[in-house]
Amino acid sequence: MASTPTSTPAPKTNRLGLQVIDYRGGKTTLCAGCGHNAISERVIDAMYEMGVQPERVLKLSGIGCSSKTPAYFIARAHSFNSLHGRMPSVATGAVLANRSMLSLGVSGDGDTASIGMGQFIHLMRRNLPIIYIIEDNGVYGLTKGQFSATADLGSKQKSGVINDLPAIDTCALAIQMGATFVARSFSGDKKQLLTMLKAAIAHRGTVMLDVISPCVTFNDHEGSTKSYKYVQEHEEAVAEVGFVPHFEDIAVDYDPGTTFDVRMHDGSHLRLRKLHEDYDPTNKINAVKNLMEAHEKGEVLTGIFYIDTQKPNFVDLLQMTETPLAQLPQETVRPPKRVLDEVMESLR
Amino acid sequence: MKKYRIGPDGKATFAIVQAEDELAAIGMVLGASWAGARAMTSTSGPGISLMTEFTGMGYYAEIPAVIFDIQRVGPSTGLPTRTSQGDLLSIAFLGHGDTKNVMLFPGSVAECFSMATQAFDLAEQLQTPIFVLSDLDLGMNNWMSEPFPYPEKPLQRGKVLSAEDLKRLGGFARYKDVDQDAIPYRTLPGTDHPGAAYFTRGSGHNEKAQYSERPDDYQNNMERLARKFETARSYVPRPEVVEDRGEKIGIIAYGSSDFAVRESRDQLKREYQVRADYLRIRAFPFSREVHEFVSKHERVYVVEQNRDAQMLSLLKLDLNASHTPKLHSVRHFNGLPIDARSVTDDIISQEGR
Repeated sequence: MASTPTSTPAPKTNRLGLQVIDYRGGKTTLCAGCGHNAISERVIDAMYEMGVQPERVLKLSGIGCSSKTPAYFIARAHSFNSLHGRMPSVATGAVLANRSMLSLGVSGDGDTASIGMGQFIHLMRRNLPIIYIIEDNGVYGLTKGQFSATADLGSKQKSGVINDLPAIDTCALAIQMGATFVARSFSGDKKQLLTMLKAAIAHRGTVMLDVISPCVTFNDHEGSTKSYKYVQEHEEAVAEVGFVPHFEDIAVDYDPGTTFDVRMHDGSHLRLRKLHEDYDPTNKINAVKNLMEAHEKGEVLTGIFYIDTQKPNFVDLLQMTETPLAQLPQETVRPPKRVLDEVMESLR
Repeated sequence: MKKYRIGPDGKATFAIVQAEDELAAIGMVLGASWAGARAMTSTSGPGISLMTEFTGMGYYAEIPAVIFDIQRVGPSTGLPTRTSQGDLLSIAFLGHGDTKNVMLFPGSVAECFSMATQAFDLAEQLQTPIFVLSDLDLGMNNWMSEPFPYPEKPLQRGKVLSAEDLKRLGGFARYKDVDQDAIPYRTLPGTDHPGAAYFTRGSGHNEKAQYSERPDDYQNNMERLARKFETARSYVPRPEVVEDRGEKIGIIAYGSSDFAVRESRDQLKREYQVRADYLRIRAFPFSREVHEFVSKHERVYVVEQNRDAQMLSLLKLDLNASHTPKLHSVRHFNGLPIDARSVTDDIISQEGR
């Protein structure tokens, strides 16, 4: 008997047998049209498509509109909404305590580039295995839209005030400081952002992903360089991003002259089809040069600027055990009496 | 650690991180403790000031942490190479809003060791930052000591629910007072159960750890935290009643003042025929024995190494008001370790002898 045409098809599931709904969170309380909501959606899609077990994810954030978003995706993952600008230290402690988790930090431009600058660069420097997303709108959206430190020079506030200080380029900084996967995307670019996030999940070091995310309340207007219109008109990608997860067959189209193929830690393949002639994502100097040139031209450069899959991350550097520290038996965490006696004897 | 905590596979079962600053140090401690590891940091007064925002979050979000404060002379940079007991009042209420913290007062280097073990147990049992207030004299000078005793009691890891527990219970509410001791249950990240996760935040929350600004939710939670602090009274180390022979005079001291007070009691007896009982406080909040000691004595001298009689002030807040006039202050705060003669002279002078 053929099935009746009215029967509903089985819901789509990923390789774990989970549905997209298993990766959802609470209802967003951000403004309708906020770029941050689109980013949350892409995080959900990426985790679902990559088949990440929701309980194996750590969500970390600081303070601000961006830092509220972990409440809006993967409700089945533990989340730590920490202090303004201090998510990197909390993440460092959590990752060291349990390296088996996939850590995702969400920050904003104020949370990262102003109050959190110190902790941000030290996290990059340690190459802590984490996906660090900056939801970057160039304004303080919770407090009336003052310029943040990533607002472009000459960009205009809603009230007409012109920004007279230069922007901090968090990507250039991250590359210099030692992050091993540095990229920029736009919250409105579904395809590029999703692909980057999937590749980020396969990486085992610091992924620094700056996502331009227009603030519909305070900077989606003429004169702002972080509005939907401006970014759509000035966005220029350095390379087209393709990604093949480790559990899928690698497609055969491969054109060595124009394509960069990077094998990720988990066996996935990241494929970058060059748009800029000389683009080499493994060359730091070149990456920073491209970013600086784009600033000169008023372009918003997007893409994966830099990637290094060889450099040891912080937990490897410390030769940490695979076992979460909470699961170590008492015999391990409390050496026997013989050891204390030995130490005492050495102090005589 | 490198000698004793590297496994047969060559892997470390610990991490030591030189943090960029005190803010990061305490942030790492909270992150690690939240994820289920035992973590600590040590600092002195200025570092405590820097850690304030994070420890306040530790109190409110109920995250274990152990912080050693090797007290030196403030305010500000003060006398950075000299000793004091000047951080009691600031740590007791460290943080904005209504905050109360548990403090331990080791009185010797051996007790610095044993109280480290206790501090970790308490941090996980009470789910709150535990401050161990040592001082520069104990922390940096050379001391003679009996060998430290080996901790025989098993580690106390506090109320942590496993995936099996959750399956049995069908779920949990992170900040619910299930056992009527005001200490809630927590889960650790990575617990394999769809109901294990909760949202840790420094903002207002209800029993389920959801964001809330509802007046009832806020007030109930704050009342529970106050009750949890009452529970702490019976968990923290008891005071040491060094001698209680029913004398009229009692002495209360803590920390590194212990040695000077013991010698001073001998001087008082030998030189002035003044006998004084002695109780050494080992923790805040104060347990029952402290109240009893004060109520049994006519005059109680509180010996400490700060200008503002900080321990005496904490006692005043806690004791029955009718007992507070009994308290007299003996203070030594010139940066040098306290000595017996100063204590003896001060008590004799106040005794009108």
